[in-house]
Amino acid sequence: MTLSTKVTNKEKTWRTICDSSDLVKDSGISALLLNEAGIEEQIAIFHLPNSEEKIYAVGNYDPIGKANVLYRGIVGCIADEPVVASPLYKQHFSLKTGKCLQEEQSISVYPIRIENEQVQVFY
Amino acid sequence: MNSDKQLLSKAKIVVVGNGMVGHHFVEEMAKNSDYEITVLSAESRLAYDRVHLSEYFGGKTAEDLAMTTPEHYEELGVTFKTNAKVTNIDKVAKFVSTESGATYHYDKLILATGSYPFVPPIPGKDQDHCLVYRTIDDLEDIANSAKVSKIGVVIGGGLLGLEAANAIKQLGLQTHVVEFAPQLMGVQIDGGGGRLLKSKIEDLGVKVHTSKATNVIEKGDSSRYKLCFNDGSELETDLILFSAGIRPYDNLAREFDLAIGERGGIVVNNQCQTSDADIYAIGECALWNNFIFGLVAPGYAMAKVAAKHIGGVTDANGEPAEFTGADMSTKLKLMGVEVGSIGDAHAKTEGSLTYTYENQPEGVYKKIVVSSDKKALLGAVLIGDTSEYDTLLQYMLNAIELPESPEGLILPMAADKPTLGVDALPDTATICSCHNVTKGDIIAAIDCGAVDVGQVKSGTKAGSGCGGCAALVKSVADNEFEKRGVEVKKDICEHFAYSRKELFDIVSVEKIKTFDELLSSHGRGLGCEICKPVAASVLASVWNDYILKKPHLSLQDTNDTYLGNMQKDGTYSVVPRIAGGEITPDKLIVLGQVAKKYNLYTKITGGARVDLFGARVEQLPPIWKELVDAGFETGHAYGKSLRTVKSCVGSTWCRYGVQDSMTMAIDLENRYKGLRAPHKIKFGVSGCTRECAEAQGKDIGIIATENGWNLFVGGNGGMKPRHGDLFATDLDDETLVKYVDRILMFYVQTGDRLQRTSVWMDNLEGGLAYLQDVIMKDSLGITDVLEEQMAAIVGSYQCEWKTTLEDPEALKRFKPFVNSDKGDSNIQFVTERDQIRPARGEEKIAVTIIDATEKDVVAEEA
Ligand code: SRM
Ligand SMILES: Cc1cc2nc3c(=O)[nH]c(=O)nc-3n(C[C@H](O)[C@H](O)[C@H](O)COP(=O)(O)OP(=O)(O)OC[C@H]3O[C@@H](n4cnc5c(N)ncnc54)[C@H](O)[C@@H]3O)c2cc1C
Ligand code: SF4
Ligand code: FES
Repeated sequence: MTLSTKVTNKEKTWRTICDSSDLVKDSGISALLLNEAGIEEQIAIFHLPNSEEKIYAVGNYDPIGKANVLYRGIVGCIADEPVVASPLYKQHFSLKTGKCLQEEQSISVYPIRIENEQVQVFY
Repeated sequence: MNSDKQLLSKAKIVVVGNGMVGHHFVEEMAKNSDYEITVLSAESRLAYDRVHLSEYFGGKTAEDLAMTTPEHYEELGVTFKTNAKVTNIDKVAKFVSTESGATYHYDKLILATGSYPFVPPIPGKDQDHCLVYRTIDDLEDIANSAKVSKIGVVIGGGLLGLEAANAIKQLGLQTHVVEFAPQLMGVQIDGGGGRLLKSKIEDLGVKVHTSKATNVIEKGDSSRYKLCFNDGSELETDLILFSAGIRPYDNLAREFDLAIGERGGIVVNNQCQTSDADIYAIGECALWNNFIFGLVAPGYAMAKVAAKHIGGVTDANGEPAEFTGADMSTKLKLMGVEVGSIGDAHAKTEGSLTYTYENQPEGVYKKIVVSSDKKALLGAVLIGDTSEYDTLLQYMLNAIELPESPEGLILPMAADKPTLGVDALPDTATICSCHNVTKGDIIAAIDCGAVDVGQVKSGTKAGSGCGGCAALVKSVADNEFEKRGVEVKKDICEHFAYSRKELFDIVSVEKIKTFDELLSSHGRGLGCEICKPVAASVLASVWNDYILKKPHLSLQDTNDTYLGNMQKDGTYSVVPRIAGGEITPDKLIVLGQVAKKYNLYTKITGGARVDLFGARVEQLPPIWKELVDAGFETGHAYGKSLRTVKSCVGSTWCRYGVQDSMTMAIDLENRYKGLRAPHKIKFGVSGCTRECAEAQGKDIGIIATENGWNLFVGGNGGMKPRHGDLFATDLDDETLVKYVDRILMFYVQTGDRLQRTSVWMDNLEGGLAYLQDVIMKDSLGITDVLEEQMAAIVGSYQCEWKTTLEDPEALKRFKPFVNSDKGDSNIQFVTERDQIRPARGEEKIAVTIIDATEKDVVAEEA
């Protein structure tokens, strides 16, 4: 696979991360991006085929557990809001807004889509 | 000084005897700090639980039975002397003195001297190996004597005699019971019940001789002694245990002129005062209303009354507390035979009528005694099946009017068998008589915030005595929860309105194989981190599929997904199975080599194996590849499944070992490894009663005996330690494994989410006795199925790491990023004591990998 982290153009745009076959149903994978400042960012990508948006991307860093682990959390819904539960201390983060349901914390949310079997993130 | 004065002026209370009742008095009285309490005990140890004395032979130690400790008494500010028998009371000068001559002044004196076993005046009774059954010291003597004896006889076939007979049978002696009367347990049950009890006990291999009076004990022909009976017959024996009734220790009262009953006992009034108003008597030495109560609950009631009276505590109307008698109904299990006796078992009340049901083939006998107008229940006898005990007892205690045909209460198949709803009970109804807990007390506990039966029990102490009331406590509490609309919540989460057990049944009955099927047929929404692992565990228990198979993958906690425990920094631990803690030097070297190669922090765990910490996700497969190649398997340290079977070296090496605990531990660990359960399961196997493997603190504990294995269930370390309950004794290997198969499978099916076996036991309706019935007597008719299910699981075991390493799809999961081969730069270590540990926030170096073309921009910002 080609490294999609080589960023030469600073303009935000849809960039391909991986094939849609790399996604794991009802679970997460992680990806490494270089943001517009050229700094590494880790994101967690979740594939929930039975939910409204079907695919979500959020930051991989758990601000409470302070480790890059969110893609390894269990996904599901709480009162119809799609969420991931941190594998460390089990707080829920909304996949739509990035807000933590239990504490005053939030994680970033990234626009994501599947185009021609390609998973693309806007950054 | 002021405070000194206060100290000096404290009234002095001296308590003679530190049995169960004397101790209860101390606890009650110590709540009031105006008194200085001194306890004088004739025994060599402080109070212990005499009611559960027989468990001493089942592996409980003196410490287990202890009801208090010197430290606890010191905390309460109580002075105490052991080996201090009181021999003198001076009622005028108000002091007592002990054998050694020490004197103690009192303002109030409490006699709690209990009773002693009566030994009939049979010539020859005072020889060695002629023993009684009352104290821990007695039990030590019995155990020593049993070591050099083959045959044992208990003289006396009452309740305690039968308990003693069971004990010497457990010690491996050929056992006889000799009873003077024509029937067993004459006090509690009638002739019909006695007959049945006798035949049931004989079926268990104890020979019962009724209507036999012993004339003399002589030197035996083939054994140490022989008993010569009045009918000319003889019985050879090596050990003789007298259990011919108890007599109150009223000698002090006798000698120092306190009123005594005609047939003994220190006469007390309703406040438990003797004929001297400053001297109280409580417990088994006290005679109230011409009656001695040989049970602990009435003794506790007396202790409370005396403490209140001394402290001047009165009720709402200004009346002093009063002892008003106590119910002597009993329910117990003698050598596995259920026996219940309620109220007027012998139908002595004038005009009373009886109904009897007897089923000889099944060994069940039931009788109820009702008033002449058939409206009130006066008494009952239940042998072989005491399931109606609670209901009948409540009918009697609360004078609840009987249904039209009272016989329906004991007839087996009565279609509309009247079961007494707990709603019908008044608030004053005693639910737990050991701790005198009423229905009102249970409601009060719920008012104060108890939210489940476990909390009700720990808050009120209900159920922590003989345990006989457990089922009733639960139904009263559940009924109360329901009334409050606090629906007794069993739903595991918002996606499934079912308990774990119900989901288990749904999955097995409807043959559901995936979470998606389960969710679409019985759930809603997308699921969550609660129901998914539950479903995964249930699916694994029922079908035992490889847990990372596609449909199950997303259900697992990260620990299960990555087959390791996630640490605080996102790395994992690596714990290979080391069955029984036994490991060859070669394998130990492999662990060292792997740890060194991957720079892993290495530690011997509390579970007696080796844990390697600090592995990054991407390192897990190569690490495990090396381990699996060297013959290691996963240790399931991440799973709600079998963890370790801790063992000692046992008879193979240890000079005290009586069985090969090591082989047993390894076999058990290999048998149950991989079994998924509501929570983790730990075993311990010890080679003798010294218990070096701490088996009693494990879910399944196994302790070697001379004759096999004692099995304990429901032990727990961790947050709320609990000793396991002695489940069965002297099992052979095969029976042991059979029982463990059944117990574990039953737990797997009925346990709640994240419920260890200890909590499961505490919440099991009917408690230990119920579990014993299900497992050993097959009362639910499910043991075959349980065994089959376990056999299927054992037969389909696979090492999850081995399977994972062979599956390229599964290995993909261990790649840190889908689009890069780099590792997580946030994982950093520092060195401490020559090994790595996760760097703390302030120790971390900010590694911001910057795209070469953009260096300047960032540098400017920084
Ligand atoms: C590694 C170890 C401590 C050590 O450094 O020695 C350990 C480590 C953990 N224990 Fe433990 N326990 C370890 C022995 C014990 C013991 C001792 C024993 O087994 O004899 C106990 C008390 C005995 C018991 O369980 O009854 C113990 C009682 C607990 C508990 C409390 C359980 C309870 O019922 O109260 C938890 C929490 C839980 O399971 O919910 C726990 C949970 C944990 C977890 C899983 C917490 C977590 O989620 O991170 C730790 C992760 C282990 C890892 O990363 O591999 N650990 N833990 C020990 C591993 C034993 C092994 O070889 O598998
Ligand atoms: C094997 C067995 C099983 C039992 N099972 C049950 C049961 O299931 N349910 C139930 O309710 N009851 C049961 N009991 C009865 C129960 O144990 C007693 O009712 C209870 O222990 C009585 O308590 P107590 O404090 O009055 O007397 P005890 O426990 O006998 O204590 C009296 C203490 O006073 C000491 N003492 C005596 N004289 C003196 C003196 N002069 N100076 C100093 N100390 C003195 C004695 O040594 C003794 O330690 C059982 C008893 C036994 C032996
Ligand atoms: S439990 Fe007994 S057999 Fe095992 S090591 Fe300890 S003393 Fe030896
Ligand atoms: S009645 Fe004995 S514990 Fe409740």
